[in-house]
Amino acid sequence: MSDAIISLRGVTRAFAGGVFGLRDVTLEIARGELVAIVGPSGSGKSTMLNIIGTLDRASSGTVEIDGHDVARLKDSDLSALRARRIGFVFQHFHLSPGVSALDNVADGLLYTGVGRAERRRRAEAALDQVGLAHRLGHRPHQMSGGEKQRTAIARALARRPALLLADEPTGALDSSSGEGVVQLLLELHRSGTAVVVITHDRDLAARLDRQASMRDGELVDDRRRTA
Amino acid sequence: MNISLEPARLLPLDIVRLAAYGLRARPLRVVLSALGIAIGIAAMIAVVGISTSSRAQLNQLLGELGTNLLSAGPGTTMFGEAATMEPEAIAMVGRIAGVEAVTAIGLLPEAKVYRTNRIPPSQSGGIAVYAARLDLLDTVSARIAAGSWLTPATASFPAVVLGSRAASRLGIGSSLIGQPIWLGGRWFTVVGILEPVSLVPLLDLSALIGWPGGKAFLDFEGDITTLYVRTDPAAIESVRALLARTANPEQPNEVDVSRPSDAIAAEAAADVAFTGLLLGLGAVALLVGGIGVANTMVISVLERRAEIGLRRSQGATRGHIRLQFFGEALLLALLGGGSGIVIGAIVTAGYARLQGWPVDIPLWVAGGGMAATLLIGGLAGLYPAMRAARLAPTEALSAT
Ligand SMILES: Nc1ncnc2c1ncn2[C@@H]1O[C@H](COP(=O)(O)OP(=O)(O)OP(=O)(O)O)[C@@H](O)[C@H]1O
Ligand SMILES: [Mg+2]
Repeated sequence: MSDAIISLRGVTRAFAGGVFGLRDVTLEIARGELVAIVGPSGSGKSTMLNIIGTLDRASSGTVEIDGHDVARLKDSDLSALRARRIGFVFQHFHLSPGVSALDNVADGLLYTGVGRAERRRRAEAALDQVGLAHRLGHRPHQMSGGEKQRTAIARALARRPALLLADEPTGALDSSSGEGVVQLLLELHRSGTAVVVITHDRDLAARLDRQASMRDGELVDDRRRTA
Repeated sequence: MNISLEPARLLPLDIVRLAAYGLRARPLRVVLSALGIAIGIAAMIAVVGISTSSRAQLNQLLGELGTNLLSAGPGTTMFGEAATMEPEAIAMVGRIAGVEAVTAIGLLPEAKVYRTNRIPPSQSGGIAVYAARLDLLDTVSARIAAGSWLTPATASFPAVVLGSRAASRLGIGSSLIGQPIWLGGRWFTVVGILEPVSLVPLLDLSALIGWPGGKAFLDFEGDITTLYVRTDPAAIESVRALLARTANPEQPNEVDVSRPSDAIAAEAAADVAFTGLLLGLGAVALLVGGIGVANTMVISVLERRAEIGLRRSQGATRGHIRLQFFGEALLLALLGGGSGIVIGAIVTAGYARLQGWPVDIPLWVAGGGMAATLLIGGLAGLYPAMRAARLAPTEALSAT
């Protein structure tokens, strides 16, 4: 198995209408690495994250995730990859309304084929891990933004992914709830998960090991923290 | 490439849970769109149920009355007059193999019936006067509603038993048993009133007097108008073949032989066309209900794109998404169909009880209703489910 969990080589994503989301991007991210993706709005950050997360396919170039050449996988294999290896955290949480935190997290395991009792058991452990053991029965409208995002992180980590992709996870949060979320991501990284975070927050980006900068669909800078 | 990963899997029980979850989140919409299916199924179940219950009642009636009664009625002569049969016909028919009972009535064409002797002759009310043999009652399965049937004693007196409609035309309730009526120019005493006679409805508008009484008071000569014959059920066709010739050896073509139970059996078959029409209406309602379900599901898919995107990001395959929405449509239709069957059964039972019929809802009707529901639900769910599955994950996720 290769060291890289993500390997993009000459990846281009052209949208209908001649817009390029990505232009000839080459990027390699090792297992367990912690990477920030920064860049102005419209620079192609989300496009890249979607391609890494196998939610979208490249127009050209090679995408290898966890050692699999994504272009050669069919829908069911990509789904397996997402179900078993990749976790997502979104800016706007994407929690199911009217469903308790416990079941929101447990439902994240729905497509792993695990029975409900076991899903709930793992969900409870994951919520405990993000410090929400006291919020199991709360539904999204009864939680603060920070709690919602921590629930969403619990949902991703309950599957024990090898790769966690977060698209502006603190974008909708105030700085103190954002800090709680950042701490969780750092912790996840320390436990061995590769974490890729899109952020506009310069300070946050500066705290991560590596920063990849995008502009107009191109990777313009890729630096490791020197300190 | 050989993928080493365990495939994404969704447990069958979880498909059901997902379908139920999808419906629970939008209860009002679910109720309204299930209602369409419910009305269609209920209408179809009620139409078929009421029709089979009515048939069950007629068949029950046939079972009680027996289908082994033959009548040999008066045809018309070559000259267009009402034919009659000789009195000896009773004995001769009784000798046919397989005949169990023979009885007869003889019309007294001149005799008219009035409530009193002060009513003008034009207002006779259309009641026919027959001389009846004493075994008529049992042979045609008639029953007494009030008073009593003629006895060997009263048959020789000016005593009369009225058919049900004749009694109500004369305004004689059961309390008036023992009252005189003006019959054939003299007073007769009402001794009994019959219940409606299902096998021989003509008796309902008749006044029946004894055979000897007719001869004694009204110049009855004993000529037979109609013979009623009970046969061994196995011998009915052979008796039928011989009946006209035996009853009137000289003019067998003047005798109309029929089987009175055939009329009831025909009635049982008659409402099939009407049932078909109503069934068609029910089917249209069901179709409209199905369109309602499809509409609900299409809207649901549009509204839930973010949910679909999230599920795809968690490892749902296109097939899983398709199953989820297909299952939801099926469940929605089943909810409607299930309540439709219950409503249809209640309507049928209520209507049948009101009519005094036995309740009969054949299993195939409920089964057919369920099958129709599944078919409609499946068809209605197919397109929305395909649409949901085709949605690109990124497009779905970017919807808010
Ligand atoms: N489905 C699409 N069809 C056409 N163009 C698209 C599509 N998705 C993205 N784009 C375009 O691709 C470019 C990159 O978009 P992307 O969403 O990756 O930007 P981003 O860096 O995530 O920006 P932001 O910080 O605002 O989220 C933009 O110009 C955008 O308009
Ligand atoms: Mg973005």
